[in-house]
Amino acid sequence: MVNTGGVFVFIEQTDGVLEDASLEVLGKGREIADRLGVTVTAAVLGEGVGGLAEQVAHRGAHAVLAGDSPLLKDFTAEAYTDVVASMVKTRDPEMLLIGATHNGTALAGMLAIRLGTGLMAHVVDLEIEQGTGMLLGSVPGFGGSIVAVCKCKKGRPQMATVRPGVFTAPAATGQGGAVEPFAVGLKPEDVRCQVIERTVQHGASVSKAQRVVVAGLGCKDDLSLPKKLADVAGSAYGVSRPLADKGMAPKNLVIGSTGSSLNAKLAVVVGVSGAAHFTSGLRNVETVVAINSDPNAEIFKHADYCVVGDARKIVPRMISELEGSGGTGA
Amino acid sequence: MNLIVCLKVTPKIEQIKFDEQKKTIVREGVENEINDADKNALEAALKLRDSQGGKVVVLSMGPPSFEPFLKLAVAMGADDAVLLSDRGFGGADTFATSRVLAAGIEKLKPFDAVFCGEASSDGSTEQVPPSIAGWLGIPHVSYVSEVAVSGDKLRAKREITDGHEVVDVRPPVLASVQLGCNSPRFPDFRRKRWAEKEFKVRVMNMQDLGFAPGDVGLEGSRTEVTGLSRMRSPERKNEFVEGTEEEVARRLVQIVKG
Ligand SMILES: Cc1cc2nc3c(=O)[nH]c(=O)nc-3n(C[C@H](O)[C@H](O)[C@H](O)COP(=O)(O)OP(=O)(O)OC[C@H]3O[C@@H](n4cnc5c(N)ncnc54)[C@H](O)[C@@H]3O)c2cc1C
Ligand SMILES: Nc1ncnc2c1ncn2[C@@H]1O[C@H](COP(=O)(O)O)[C@@H](O)[C@H]1O
Repeated sequence: MVNTGGVFVFIEQTDGVLEDASLEVLGKGREIADRLGVTVTAAVLGEGVGGLAEQVAHRGAHAVLAGDSPLLKDFTAEAYTDVVASMVKTRDPEMLLIGATHNGTALAGMLAIRLGTGLMAHVVDLEIEQGTGMLLGSVPGFGGSIVAVCKCKKGRPQMATVRPGVFTAPAATGQGGAVEPFAVGLKPEDVRCQVIERTVQHGASVSKAQRVVVAGLGCKDDLSLPKKLADVAGSAYGVSRPLADKGMAPKNLVIGSTGSSLNAKLAVVVGVSGAAHFTSGLRNVETVVAINSDPNAEIFKHADYCVVGDARKIVPRMISELEGSGGTGA
Repeated sequence: MNLIVCLKVTPKIEQIKFDEQKKTIVREGVENEINDADKNALEAALKLRDSQGGKVVVLSMGPPSFEPFLKLAVAMGADDAVLLSDRGFGGADTFATSRVLAAGIEKLKPFDAVFCGEASSDGSTEQVPPSIAGWLGIPHVSYVSEVAVSGDKLRAKREITDGHEVVDVRPPVLASVQLGCNSPRFPDFRRKRWAEKEFKVRVMNMQDLGFAPGDVGLEGSRTEVTGLSRMRSPERKNEFVEGTEEEVARRLVQIVKG
């Protein structure tokens, strides 16, 4: 196995918590490296990240570079770009993979320019091209309705950001790669952005729920009905993006290209028009029920059972019907 | 404050069709609009200008057919508009697009902040803004929902996984603005007439920006598309459930109970 020419994975952490998306990418990176007979190097940046680097080493990385500095305590795109770029240059990897979180995306875009290389955004699949061994990324466009298979024709490493949730994070193993401290050459004046405060509430994602009620703008300003329906039907609850943008629901409940993809047996979609950016999140749902007052709503093309009508009349009846029958037994 | 807004004109994506035989996207007859998130970026810049004074310039890379949309942005309140347009810019990936936009921004120096949208509705790579910042060597703050002046710095609220941050950054800075974080103003009727009839969009080409053939566009790109496909949508029954509201509700409950 060779050290250069391998796979390099950026591992994101916030306040000492590793991002799931990063571990998922690490798992995929290891799978690719095994196929090509090369190694995986992971990079962890932050302040006091030695312990985290150890954890990463037990998740399939052959080597973990730990960039430790008070100047890296908070993610800032510029400082992180500086450090990751110098790490990448010492390893000369063939591929560089990053989870497409908000921070990962900001890092990747700047890093690609710094390294003068190509970047495939938000890929939903990664493969190795027969013959060339090049990285092929499936890049979604037009709200996720069309997928382009891309490759990085010029520049190295070949870069990709990976949509969270498409790959599975590997379980921790007893065997671990080596953790190597990386000398961070940042000066305070290199950090031109200061994080003043941060609020994080880890919310459960709706992507794993078996049943989901999803509310859209058609529910107007009253979400109590779809919420109640979710409750009595023993379902999780999700929303279309504009409801979250208006502050009526937390962002982690958004379904669609910039939110979660559902994997439910059943989704009841209430007052959602069915834009491509939304319906791409329904693809893996077994049965879709849609309620919409507009008979021509696009959502009906993505539904098994279509109800043309006023949600404010139908949903309360469903609730009392379910309450009367003692819920779903779930 | 001198503010620049990168504004893309995008097709209405619900009108896009896919040609299964040729494996290409059919754009004929598809209407265009100002990219959704870029209206939020423009509104954020206009608010800042209205409170601090200064100018807002909208900047776009694209064909001459983008001009009416830049005039619409002027009608909404932008002070000036620049279109970077050249056949040689065509076929660009995010590497080459951001390079051209960064070169256009260099021509508009000095500036305090560049605003972009979080994503385009068609490409949605979210990579153009951080890449522009990479070319310019300035800080980038992404998913911004609020911006205010705080001493000699800008203070921005930004979204992160499961939460948000408040950050202070000294200008010049590039901020990408969250889709839906504000309500973009409507164009002013009189200003719209003036923009359509009298306002001239400044146009710059490859030469104006000092690029040689091959620097940008398809050839200057780092990635290539090897194939397109439609994402398979699962077969759906599309059965319309009819009857009185009570009957419909009862049927739906049966379906919910499985
Ligand atoms: C880059 C980008 C990313 C995006 N990502 C996402 C994403 O991840 N998720 C997402 O959801 N959106 C996303 N969007 C936005 C998306 O394009 C749509 O704008 C959004 O999904 C529309 O939400 P909606 O269906 O709730 O609202 P609307 O489009 O306003 O639809 C409301 C619907 O409710 C119906 N209605 C009205 N009254 C009633 C009633 N009384 N009873 C029943 N029905 C009623 C109407 O007929 C209408 O169909 C994105 C957009 C962009 C540009
Ligand atoms: N051709 C362009 N002209 C002007 N701005 C652009 C262009 N392409 C992308 N942008 C900006 O970059 C943002 C993100 O686009 P994207 O990286 O394509 O998702 C958009 O919201 C715009 O602000």
